Amino acid sequence: MRLFTRKSFAHGVHPPECKDATRNLPIRQFPFAPLLSVPLVQHLGKPARPVVTEDQEVVRGQLIGEADGWMSVAMHAPVSGVVKRIGLMPSITGQMVPGVFLAPFAASTQEVIEGTPCAVDSAEPSAIARAIQQAGIVGLGGAAFPTHVKVTVPEGKRVDTIIVNGVECEPYLTTDHRVMLEQGDDVITGIRYLLKVTGADRVMIGIEANKRDAAKALGDRVPPDLPCTVEVVEVKYPQGAEKMLITALLGREVPSGGLPADAGAMCINVATTAEIGRLLPHGRGIQERVITVSGPGVKKKGNYRIAIGTPLRFILDTVGAEGDISRVFMGGPMMGQAASSLDIPVVKGTSGVIVLTSRETGPLAKRREYPCIRCGYCVDVCPLSLNPSALGLLAKNPQYEQMAAEFHLMDCFECGSCSFVCPSHIPLVHHFRVSKAWIRKHKASS
Amino acid sequence: MSDILTIRTSPHIAGGASVDVIMYHVILALVPVTGFAVYAFGLSAAATVTTAVATCVLCEHGLCRLSGEASVVADGSAVITGLLYGLTLPPALPLWMVAVGGMIAVGVGKHLFGGLGQNPFNPALVGRAILQAAFPVPMTTWMNAMQPDRFSVLAPSTLTPPLSAPPAAGTGLGDGIDIVTGATPLAAWKFERVATGAGDLLLGVTSGSTGETCAVLIALGGVFLIARNMMNWRIPAAILATVAALSSLAHGLAPNAYPTAEFMVLSGGLMLGAMFMATDMVGSPMTGWGCVIYGAFIGALVVVIRLFGGMPEGVMYAILLGNAVTPHIDRLIRPRVYGTGRSRQGGGPPAAKEAS
Repeated sequence: MRLFTRKSFAHGVHPPECKDATRNLPIRQFPFAPLLSVPLVQHLGKPARPVVTEDQEVVRGQLIGEADGWMSVAMHAPVSGVVKRIGLMPSITGQMVPGVFLAPFAASTQEVIEGTPCAVDSAEPSAIARAIQQAGIVGLGGAAFPTHVKVTVPEGKRVDTIIVNGVECEPYLTTDHRVMLEQGDDVITGIRYLLKVTGADRVMIGIEANKRDAAKALGDRVPPDLPCTVEVVEVKYPQGAEKMLITALLGREVPSGGLPADAGAMCINVATTAEIGRLLPHGRGIQERVITVSGPGVKKKGNYRIAIGTPLRFILDTVGAEGDISRVFMGGPMMGQAASSLDIPVVKGTSGVIVLTSRETGPLAKRREYPCIRCGYCVDVCPLSLNPSALGLLAKNPQYEQMAAEFHLMDCFECGSCSFVCPSHIPLVHHFRVSKAWIRKHKASS
Repeated sequence: MSDILTIRTSPHIAGGASVDVIMYHVILALVPVTGFAVYAFGLSAAATVTTAVATCVLCEHGLCRLSGEASVVADGSAVITGLLYGLTLPPALPLWMVAVGGMIAVGVGKHLFGGLGQNPFNPALVGRAILQAAFPVPMTTWMNAMQPDRFSVLAPSTLTPPLSAPPAAGTGLGDGIDIVTGATPLAAWKFERVATGAGDLLLGVTSGSTGETCAVLIALGGVFLIARNMMNWRIPAAILATVAALSSLAHGLAPNAYPTAEFMVLSGGLMLGAMFMATDMVGSPMTGWGCVIYGAFIGALVVVIRLFGGMPEGVMYAILLGNAVTPHIDRLIRPRVYGTGRSRQGGGPPAAKEAS
């Protein structure tokens, strides 16, 4: 087993890590909010179909929404309680989404019900994919892509290597770190399911060099019969991006516009892997997830196992807010989405709840935007070797079609490195999001 | 807990210096060079640099006001233009000429093209080039360094009344400050085959443009900016390496006809141009290899102009021509986009569309 290789990708940035406050804090169970809002769409794709009615009593882990088609996953009750209402609720995207409001029973033991187990030794690959869908598992790294779709290798393609992504390159976040330290056995079990469902030959666990303890812990747990290695990669952002990690570990490139399977690889988040290993043997579904609650505006920072649907307001009231809170976002500071309201609930894709105060956001908000001075810093950091400077000028004109046709706009995965370094403070990634949305809309309508 | 949340798209943090911080670092890097210029050439140099900076800053402020926009003087770029422009002028140039060139630098070199970020040519060199064409004699009239009276009297040409010619070189000999024609180390080599020692060139005890003489301090300023990641090291490295390589080749072939490599690298405006002029971010390529090609191109031009041209010095024209080919270099050198078999990325800055 190789523990001390240092692999990486070209370009990238080095934001401050900010992980010290929570990296050594064990995962702790978070209390239940008096009212949970569980959205029926927490994933990329179609919303789940609700299978409960108002005033119905549910048990923790019970199915409350079933998958509606292939690009959809099931939803489970995060608490034992009563369905107060089925209706619209705020979401992080700014849109109102359908969901189930649940009030927990105060006196319940909150035991999770068992479902039909899916044994790794006997189950067919297609049965494992179905079980993953029924467990409601989506990419827990933030993208929330339905995992059963991801692990189903498209016809005519072959995946030889599964990459388990334990990089966690976003500042502040330490959830994957703690999961690797505390749920090593779940990760290993999850890997067995993944090997079976994809038919891959081997597994590589990619971990950034600032989490050597996790690399050691996982490396020690890998049984000799498992074709699995732990690879330490350089601390650099966005090392944890799917394409970058595949390049760092395998030296292959995912073709522009293609899938990782086109490079013979599949990349899956380590927390997602752990959930597969934790839930499938019991036939359970996701009712909670590990979330790093941190940032200068938080008193009791930590890694908490929080029920899906817990509103941000309850989380902040429980951990205690400090100072003049001005921004709350879900995920890390480089790619996370800012919340417009504290009534927004955490969902399956929420890896962190980071709170900034006006001390951090004030200076940034006051900054003046200068014209592009062609310094080339953005070109130096773009992990895809795009030309953010030229893209930014085109977006202002705006010439969206030229951006997509000549400058590979649609390849941009919005890592934020260009905006991070831009000395002119041009919100490049913001321009690219607008441009991409425009292109998608026009593609769909034409 | 306040409920007032600001929403912004990610990233929520920022790293690296902003434009004005970079500009102030460049100014800081030029402080020792300017200080030495004043020490070596005295009051006249101080008057030249002060006039250059003041003209550029006032001109920028006035043009912003004229176009109805907020003044952008605070970003520091006009100070740099003025400082660099002043440092490239002969120390005893009549101040009215300094002012005219400064207005041209900012007005024509920068604002005519659209201001910060839009100027294809280094504004300071645009100003100097036009002065060179308009006033060839005063622009090649130099002061000897370290004259004893330099801190008490101005050179006789400095206070020439506007629109009149300065006194001819050679006047004032033995009384106050001497000014002479064609006495820089490069001119001495070109016209009289007299080589100046590397030690004098490094320390800057020779005649020359106000800020170009002390190679050591210029290099120090450059290294400071490179260390702070505010200058692309490839540009000065490529320029200096090309000049050194080509001139040692020429010197090796004909030692009597061509000067040594160290003389070529240390003399004239090469060090100042390579470190502070060619590295202007706006006029230089965006990619690493683009910068290497750009630097090599400038270096080769410098050698060609100096050794085979009619003028003793060619750094200014070499850099301006380098600026001119930058868009072409950026079209030619495009990084291969991740996941594409070959480079298919559109190159160069896109043409701005008319505001509709």
